[in-house]
Amino acid sequence: MKTIIVVGNGMVGYKFCEKFVAKKDSEEYKIVVFGEEPRPAYDRVHLSEYFKNQDAKALEMAPAEWYAENNIDLIVGERVTDIHRSTKIITTAKDRELSYDYLVLATGSSAFVPPIKGVEKEGVFVYRTIEDLEGMLEYAAKIKKTKPNAKAAVLGGGLLGLEAGKAVMDMGLEPHIVEFAPKLMPRQLDSRSSQVLQLKLESIGLNIHLSKATNQILGDKAITGMEFGEDDVLDVDMLIISAGIRPRDELAKTCDLEMGVRGGIVVDNKMQTSDPNIYAIGEIALYNQMIYGLVAPGYDMAGIVVDQILGDSKSLMAEEIDMSTKLKLIGVDVASFGEPFMPASKGHSIIFENKTQHLYKRINVSLDGKKLLGGILVGDASDYSMLHQIYLNGMAIPEDPAQLILPATEGGGSFGDVMDLPDEAQICSCENVTKGQICSTIESGESKDLADVVSCTKAGTGCGGCKPMVKDLTEATLKSLGIEVKDSICEHFDLNRQDLYKIIQVKGYKTFNEVLDNHGNGGHGCELCKPVVASLMASINADTANKEYAIQDSNDRFLANIQRNGTYSVVPRVPGGEITPDKLIALGEIAKKYDLYTKVTGGVRIDLFGATLNQLPLIWKDLIDHGFESGHAYGKSLRTVKTCVGSTWCRYGMDESVSFGIELENRYRGIRAPHKIKGGVSGCIRECAEARGKDFGLIAVEGGWNLYLGGNGGATPRHAELFAEQIDNETVIKYIDRYLMLYMRTAKPLQRTAAWQERLEGGIDYLKEVIIEDKLGIAEDLENEMQTLVNKFECEWTQAINDPEMMKRFNHFVNSDEEDDNLVFVPLREQKMPEKWS
Amino acid sequence: MNIVSNKYKTVKPENVKVWFKAAPTNVFPIDGGACVKYKDLQIAVFNFTRLNTWYACQNLSPEKQEMVLSRGMIGDHKGIPMVACPLHKKTFSLENGENLNGDLEAIATYPVKIEDDFVYVGFSE
Ligand SMILES: Cc1cc2nc3c(=O)[nH]c(=O)nc-3n(C[C@H](O)[C@H](O)[C@H](O)COP(=O)(O)OP(=O)(O)OC[C@H]3O[C@@H](n4cnc5c(N)ncnc54)[C@H](O)[C@@H]3O)c2cc1C
Ligand code: SF4
Ligand code: SF4
Ligand code: FES
Repeated sequence: MKTIIVVGNGMVGYKFCEKFVAKKDSEEYKIVVFGEEPRPAYDRVHLSEYFKNQDAKALEMAPAEWYAENNIDLIVGERVTDIHRSTKIITTAKDRELSYDYLVLATGSSAFVPPIKGVEKEGVFVYRTIEDLEGMLEYAAKIKKTKPNAKAAVLGGGLLGLEAGKAVMDMGLEPHIVEFAPKLMPRQLDSRSSQVLQLKLESIGLNIHLSKATNQILGDKAITGMEFGEDDVLDVDMLIISAGIRPRDELAKTCDLEMGVRGGIVVDNKMQTSDPNIYAIGEIALYNQMIYGLVAPGYDMAGIVVDQILGDSKSLMAEEIDMSTKLKLIGVDVASFGEPFMPASKGHSIIFENKTQHLYKRINVSLDGKKLLGGILVGDASDYSMLHQIYLNGMAIPEDPAQLILPATEGGGSFGDVMDLPDEAQICSCENVTKGQICSTIESGESKDLADVVSCTKAGTGCGGCKPMVKDLTEATLKSLGIEVKDSICEHFDLNRQDLYKIIQVKGYKTFNEVLDNHGNGGHGCELCKPVVASLMASINADTANKEYAIQDSNDRFLANIQRNGTYSVVPRVPGGEITPDKLIALGEIAKKYDLYTKVTGGVRIDLFGATLNQLPLIWKDLIDHGFESGHAYGKSLRTVKTCVGSTWCRYGMDESVSFGIELENRYRGIRAPHKIKGGVSGCIRECAEARGKDFGLIAVEGGWNLYLGGNGGATPRHAELFAEQIDNETVIKYIDRYLMLYMRTAKPLQRTAAWQERLEGGIDYLKEVIIEDKLGIAEDLENEMQTLVNKFECEWTQAINDPEMMKRFNHFVNSDEEDDNLVFVPLREQKMPEKWS
Repeated sequence: MNIVSNKYKTVKPENVKVWFKAAPTNVFPIDGGACVKYKDLQIAVFNFTRLNTWYACQNLSPEKQEMVLSRGMIGDHKGIPMVACPLHKKTFSLENGENLNGDLEAIATYPVKIEDDFVYVGFSE
């Protein structure tokens, strides 16, 4: 058995292991991996995701067990210090000695720290490892305590620097980017696109300082500022250096391997160093006199070495390496491919620029107009995948190449169908997956949907940039095979929500089993279709969730919101946020009586947490006795209509926002929809109720209300769109009735109005035609259906506590009155909370 | 907290020593479940009416160690009868406790029998 030692367990070192063990002859080799970092290899490309939840495990390329299962010895937290080429032995910082047959160097790079005076000060960081991020988070938290509007700068306005800028913003610090060159992303963008990007980034709050050479870092112990020249100082409390990378080639020096003048270990197209038993791959390898700071070439290099060691000497690294990149920086698309900029002697450029929309597109075309040589996209990179493919495969381009980048409305846009690509077209450059591979895994029946394609081919599992194209290809291939891409709700129905809506309405079904037996696939339902049918029955028949409680989502089943430890929270309705002192006192007393954690919600209601199943009816009885009713906080239904105080009190108010808000909340309360619905009413254009962040929002203006539709907060915030101006109360109600009913009829399960509206063909203009002009002739139906639901409203908690049969379900045990004995609460600021999840 | 889950071990029909008389059948919802207390154990019992079968398993969600499975929705995935945890919709086979949409450890299952409109759950001790 031969031994391969891999030095460095980063992305590329890991990929080598993965590719190696996948080969069938690999059993004859023993792999030993040394990594200096304290944990197994992780996805450095998505390092910034660590800011979201500090979950290092989620970033792992593979868990430690994977190495063991594949017979790989993984030794983390141990640096290799010397290579003795004559004896083929390495030594480590812990004085371990090990001999090898082959050595694979995958030591990557470290962040380059320019020799500026003062860089060693506290508060100066680099952006490369999880430990770096941990340090930043800790430091940012510390300085924010004493200085709420602290500032942080990033040195370097390249790809990584801008990503670091986003991190700074997310940490709640005032972000500054300091770049030496006169433009951002100098390596990928030309001056004009760089300006467009700069405008966009500035508009979202990034401060950008160009042409700045930093002389020194100011401060005693910790950084307080950066000095660029006399009297040119930027005060900052933290600095992240992102000024490029330095290959970690110190090992090569210990054993005289050939190195580049500016570092890196020289390799040939077999990835062999000057010693044939030693290979170098990833960001340490100097190939064609270049270090490639991207994962895709690193992964290719790993594959080459696997082949070389296993005896396939014909597997060689490509001559030219594609450095195209696409990324989303702080919500801005940026992409560059091929030769992004080039002299006029080599070809022609076609440029499309729209500064007001922060858009820039440039393509470079060969002098004969036949080939695409490269390009740049800022603001909208939706054409990237196609352009990149055309470039990579040297495909023919239209006679008027401008069509490739013109917006669809101006006559272009439709050129290039994924299916036109040649089979060898490389779709995923990270995993080296071609169009042919993707199509054939579907054609052979091995893959039935996108998830299958991803798991069979691994396409899209690297940087993720190719995902839209993988999806398009999958859908087009399925379609070409006559397989319909269904949006059916789950495996039990071949119908989508809209079809089921019509069927239930026409046939008048009353139970889940009727629907399933008549229109299902013969199964027994599941957690996907049951709540959908429950919600449809509610939308159509005004059923409350009490009717068939076993098909309800858990929250609806118990008319309360399940919380972390299986207890519930209780939210009574407070229409428009208006509440009398007496009712407020009653809420307080009830909370006290049952020892509930109390908090004002984001929808400005009062939420009482920590109720056990057995307590729910008792609490509700008390609430109802004090004049409260269910707030439906647990349902996919109307939550709140948030109001500002409006003209009754506010000196700017143009109309009575509270009165109208209460009217609307009482009108739509209890109505079940595909997802939750929120409303807002502001008394004037100052918009204190944040109405444009709601599904329906109203702002009082001279002469009536402006109505906005389709906004939401949440994971993908979106402003509502202006739908009608200066309309009176009656018209507002008419339009909202029609809008909500149309949404309830046609949206997908769990689709908010915003997403529904966005995907609606024709968008807001189409909605205006249907709702205002009644182009489909359904306006009256929609209104009548809504009015029926409004008339049939019943508080489901009142219904439940008055029916002994219904009350039975609020017991933790069916054979005992005891409560769940697994609950543990711990104190929290004079209240309580559930014990933390372990 | 893993001490809790150690208390739950699958019982095969042939190993039943005690048939615990839990509750009358009519307190369990149609095609739904409820929780039964036996000694210091919490057992989720499901009335799978569509299959005319009863199932029992631990009430404890193995993902989050909370007593919630009896409150989950039941149904089938590719023909396997299952319960979906109400916290994060992890699904478990009611037949052998296996996690169907992930690789959580399997949950413990218990035999159920019905006699004279009463539900009995089988335990080995
Ligand atoms: C924030 C960020 C975002 C990025 N985004 C992208 C992107 O969008 N697209 C893209 O293509 N690339 C991106 N990159 C670059 C990409 O991460 C690198 O190209 C890739 O990680 C290189 O892999 P590697 O294995 O060569 O090096 P590394 O991942 O650096 O791994 C080398 C490992 O070797 C260890 N090591 C070094 N010396 C020794 C020794 N003597 N003994 C033992 N262990 C040693 C190091 O500690 C390290 O763990 C990004 C990088 C960062 C930091
Ligand atoms: S939105 Fe206008 S009316 Fe309402 S509180 Fe604000 S300023 Fe007053
Ligand atoms: S944002 Fe919403 S879902 Fe997330 S932790 Fe807060 S309450 Fe829970
Ligand atoms: S190109 Fe990076 S994941 Fe496919």
